[in-house]
Amino acid sequence: MSILVNSETRVICQGITGKAGAFHTQGCKEYGTKMVGGVTPGKSGETVAGLPVFDTVEEAVNQTGANATMIFVPPAFTADAILEAIDAGIGVICAITEGVPVIDMVHVYDRVRRSNSILIGPNCPGVITPGECKIGIMPGYIHNVGKVGIMSRSGTLTYEAVWQTSSLNLGQSTCVGLGGDPIVGTSYIDIFERFQNDDQTEVILMIGEIGGDAEEKAAEYVKNHVTKPVAAFIAGRTAPPGKRMGHAGAIITGGKGTAAEKVAALEAAGIVVAQSPADMGAAVVEAIKRGK
Amino acid sequence: MKIHEYQAKELFRKAQVPVLQGFVAKTPEEARAAFERLGGPIAVVKAQLHAGGRGKGTVIEVPSQRGVQLVKSGDEAATVAKNLINNRLVTVQTGPAGSKVNQVFVEEGCRIARELYLAVVVDRGSSMPLLMVSSEGGVEIEKVAAETPEKILKESFDPAYGLQGFQVRKLCKKLGILGDAARSADFFMKKVCKLFVDLDCSMAEINPLVITEDNKMIALDAKITFDDNALFRHPDLKELRDLNEEESAEIRAGNTGLSYVKLEGNIGCLVNGAGLAMATMDIIKLHGGAPANFLDVGGGANTQQVTEAFRIILSDPNVKAILVNIFGGIARCTTIAQAIIEASKEVGFTVPLVVRLEGTEVNEGKKMLKDSGLAIISADDLTDAAKKVVASIA
Repeated sequence: MSILVNSETRVICQGITGKAGAFHTQGCKEYGTKMVGGVTPGKSGETVAGLPVFDTVEEAVNQTGANATMIFVPPAFTADAILEAIDAGIGVICAITEGVPVIDMVHVYDRVRRSNSILIGPNCPGVITPGECKIGIMPGYIHNVGKVGIMSRSGTLTYEAVWQTSSLNLGQSTCVGLGGDPIVGTSYIDIFERFQNDDQTEVILMIGEIGGDAEEKAAEYVKNHVTKPVAAFIAGRTAPPGKRMGHAGAIITGGKGTAAEKVAALEAAGIVVAQSPADMGAAVVEAIKRGK
Repeated sequence: MKIHEYQAKELFRKAQVPVLQGFVAKTPEEARAAFERLGGPIAVVKAQLHAGGRGKGTVIEVPSQRGVQLVKSGDEAATVAKNLINNRLVTVQTGPAGSKVNQVFVEEGCRIARELYLAVVVDRGSSMPLLMVSSEGGVEIEKVAAETPEKILKESFDPAYGLQGFQVRKLCKKLGILGDAARSADFFMKKVCKLFVDLDCSMAEINPLVITEDNKMIALDAKITFDDNALFRHPDLKELRDLNEEESAEIRAGNTGLSYVKLEGNIGCLVNGAGLAMATMDIIKLHGGAPANFLDVGGGANTQQVTEAFRIILSDPNVKAILVNIFGGIARCTTIAQAIIEASKEVGFTVPLVVRLEGTEVNEGKKMLKDSGLAIISADDLTDAAKKVVASIA
């Protein structure tokens, strides 16, 4: 098993006729994802990567039976695209787009929480269950089928972790990019719950960064609800306060959200924390050794 | 994006949030004229800087001068303005070098009965805008948060409906605000919360927020930070940006779609992805080096962006070596390799360059670098890259 997506998942791309949408639709298809179509308003009847393009998500769902989407539309239209996917009853919505206004996400978050859909992102690499389904922009070839469940607020740092766990022959069950914005659809806790209940996932790696207190909350959750071994890494130990480190959410404000605080909270919850980003794979091995 | 107090107060005025009358002045003469125009017995002259802590800040050139001062005549207003303008003010937020004051704000005085604190932020925990009010006005809110967090009262609100009357009543009850003052608070707080949403702010802070002797709630200070991601729908706000307040390399980076933050070290970093960029800084430090910057070239980096990124890194005279760390996702390694080759022709690398590539089109990218004949130190993984770049300047 895996979480969120598998070989049966039927995926469309919103913004499929754009450069990034077309490129990554092709990439996902080549990986083996069941890509079934795409949506760009006004472009109905065209084809991209051999897939039909529809004007609306509703139409795409009716014609293809899609139950997941990846969104590449520009930031000004992302909230609209997510709401359209919710409206059409899409179960797994991955918003890859970076730069969505925070107030837009306040509205969207509220709506998605009251729906049966799960929103991954925005500003994220997507979700992959190796060997079965890749939705997003991650390079597929670095992943191997395996037992590590990975979640992260950062894209490329996730690839780094995947690379390390693949090199150690551990492989991954599912990798989830939560997104680097202050408000994202899915929290660490949501994914911990799913990994805890997933047979294939034997160990969980959580990659965090400075800003907010999502990691501290996750640590509290792990202490009380997760029986599987957990490893972690926090990026931004050298980041100065008050400066936004690329991600809109990665900022230390009022002395809060530092890496040191997060590491302390994670270690207090019995989580193995890698000191170096090069040791994320080693931390997973150590977590397995320690058990829970 | 941050703006100045006088600009924020102009936006407040437009949104009906009560503020005092005031004028911005760029010379001592303008400050004198502003005092006379206000026509009152007193006024307050305030240095305009994005940094906070101005009231306790000191001017390097005139150590007796603070960043905010009460004045009682046009002459006095002119003298204070002279002490501030074109000099550097050091506050807790500026660092020891201080920030240059280019203008002052001359504002009428008022009779203060009570000082409070108010801020609106987007709360990440509840994913809602959050109004925070505290009885501890005029002091550093971080201190209040650390020592007496129960004194910060919080009400989150739905941006579609705004702050509700009962929420203001709850706050007033706890703060002991009664009668006319409570009616003034209802008007004030609802308007501030509406402005926060309408203008896509990421933070609005009023410290101090005052209640006057005649029971009016007024914003004595105003700080606004806008959500950069939402500026596309506020072209008028973009004009309020003051480039003098920003690091010039950070401006250049922003114009090219890069995100760059200058640091104190000597190893320049060029990385794709914010998390990996932070982790790259961390691992340099872990192996005994010091990062000179944070630089994320972003997902869809092109040759022009990467070339500009190298120029920006090299414009920092402290940089003695550069570490390029790319894990290709959207960004392809071939794009980065091509950019490195072109940048080297254009910029010319005078310092050691360590490159670590992985991900999409990695083999083609590595081959391109190798065939280029450039003096590049190639690294296989993160630790290897960090060790090599630290060793290159040892």
